[in-house]
Amino acid sequence: MAVDLSPIDESLLAEIAGLHGMPKGAFNIRKDGELLRRSSSAFIDIETKTDNPGIDIRIKPGTKGETIYIPVIVTQSGLKDVVYNTFYIGEDCDVKIIAGCGIHNDSHEASEHDGIHSFYCGKNSRIQYIEKHYGQGEGTGERILNPVTNVYMEEGSSCEMEMVQLRGVTSTTRDTNAELGKGAKLVLIEKLLTHDKQVAVSNMNVQLNGEDSSVRVISRSVAQDDSVQIFNPLVTGNAACRGHVECDAILMGNAKVKAIPGIEAAHEDAMLVHEAAIGKIAGDQITKLMTLGLTSEEAEQEILEDFLN
Amino acid sequence: MLELRNIVFEVPTGKDGEIKRIIDDLSLTIEDDRFTVITGPNGGGKSTLAKLIMGIEQPTSGQILFNGQDITNMPITERAQLGIGYGFQQPARFKGMKVKKLLDIAAGRKLPMLACNEYLQKVGLCSASYLTREVDKSLSGGEVKRIEIATILARDPKLAIYDEPEAGIDLWSFDRLTETFRDIHEARDGRSIVIISHQERIIQLADEIVLLRNGKVAETGTPADLMPKLGFAAKGIGDCPFTQPTVLHLTEIPTTC
Repeated sequence: MAVDLSPIDESLLAEIAGLHGMPKGAFNIRKDGELLRRSSSAFIDIETKTDNPGIDIRIKPGTKGETIYIPVIVTQSGLKDVVYNTFYIGEDCDVKIIAGCGIHNDSHEASEHDGIHSFYCGKNSRIQYIEKHYGQGEGTGERILNPVTNVYMEEGSSCEMEMVQLRGVTSTTRDTNAELGKGAKLVLIEKLLTHDKQVAVSNMNVQLNGEDSSVRVISRSVAQDDSVQIFNPLVTGNAACRGHVECDAILMGNAKVKAIPGIEAAHEDAMLVHEAAIGKIAGDQITKLMTLGLTSEEAEQEILEDFLN
Repeated sequence: MLELRNIVFEVPTGKDGEIKRIIDDLSLTIEDDRFTVITGPNGGGKSTLAKLIMGIEQPTSGQILFNGQDITNMPITERAQLGIGYGFQQPARFKGMKVKKLLDIAAGRKLPMLACNEYLQKVGLCSASYLTREVDKSLSGGEVKRIEIATILARDPKLAIYDEPEAGIDLWSFDRLTETFRDIHEARDGRSIVIISHQERIIQLADEIVLLRNGKVAETGTPADLMPKLGFAAKGIGDCPFTQPTVLHLTEIPTTC
């Protein structure tokens, strides 16, 4: 299979997946709606779906210490790429999955990538999932990313998902849905920075169905210029479970942030908490860093970087 | 050397354009290598004076000179770069920022772990695990306060101003902190320390005590000169009648009502 990575492709891959050249082990790199290169490993099998565009990733039970890369890059304008990636993670696995989408659009036409990711997490498996979204290019064409993430967690499984979108994405609507079985633990971390006239909407629906299941939703965002962000995380406790939702947003310029954290308890032993805070950077933080020799601009940058770190 | 010349600081009170004078024509010189404690009653202008030196507040009139250079209108950042440091009475918290990072920023370079641990030890935080903690609400008030002081130690300014460093710190950590201040002072390497404090043990360390009252320097002198006047020795501050409470016995409390 021919591999032709342009400097733009390379910079996008480095930005979203930390990749420099081809990774080792199992990976699938998709460019402009088509497969660029794929590799399976002894324990991880990647195959093209037969019903929808996309791939099935099957991870054998007991697979430990492997990292799977499935980045997507879009460099063609006017393209709407919809892809379904389904992970079947066997029992007792411990794996890391690095996904993400980078769009480079220099044109006036929109580029869109909608990734529908589903994770079936086997008993006692541990998954770390990192997804970075990024847009670049000088054109006026919109860079649109509408990901859907579905997580189905079996007994004793644990999953930490970090979903990051820093800069460049004109419009995004993220839908994250999770169902947790007995003793399953989910951590959802979302980090978002919007600028100019960008719009970001994040909907989450977490169902805690199993006894002793738990979820932590941590959302940190920075809204700059005239951008708009809407957060709508909902955690429902249907068993003796624990849920914590935390939305923190820093507001700059004329940006708007709406946070509607929701908790619903349908069991008397469900313990659910939510917190939400929106505000500008505190003046005392900037002053403190200035007394340490930073300019006010450097101080602001430092505060934002740490906040989204 | 820091020289404050005829400093006046006024704020509007909000009522009919009235103004309140917080610092009233204050002049003061702080020589190099000196340990100065500024003390005095609440509302006397101590914190305001510290903020004026750091540039967090601008004087209404008067002049501030640091090593001969007029810094009256200089922004905070430039004063910091000249070698003035300031430990806040109520330190800021930073979501997502690790203690290690804050110390690195303070020092202006990436510090080795060992050096960071030493700074933390000097303020009584004797666990390396603090370095990876975030300077957010997960830390107690006393912990944040000690980290604040550690940032000034890491910065190692020529002139360090600490605004009530003892506030919110437990007795054991306070002992450690007092030793740290004494060590810095005994090193006598050209650095000056100005501490705003009401603590007798810190005041005793001073070369010079400045008593600030109603925005003016009421008196200056050595601890030997001023301690008796400050009332610490006599324990007669304000002659509060409740300092010696009446001893009551249960039998003396009427039980008929």
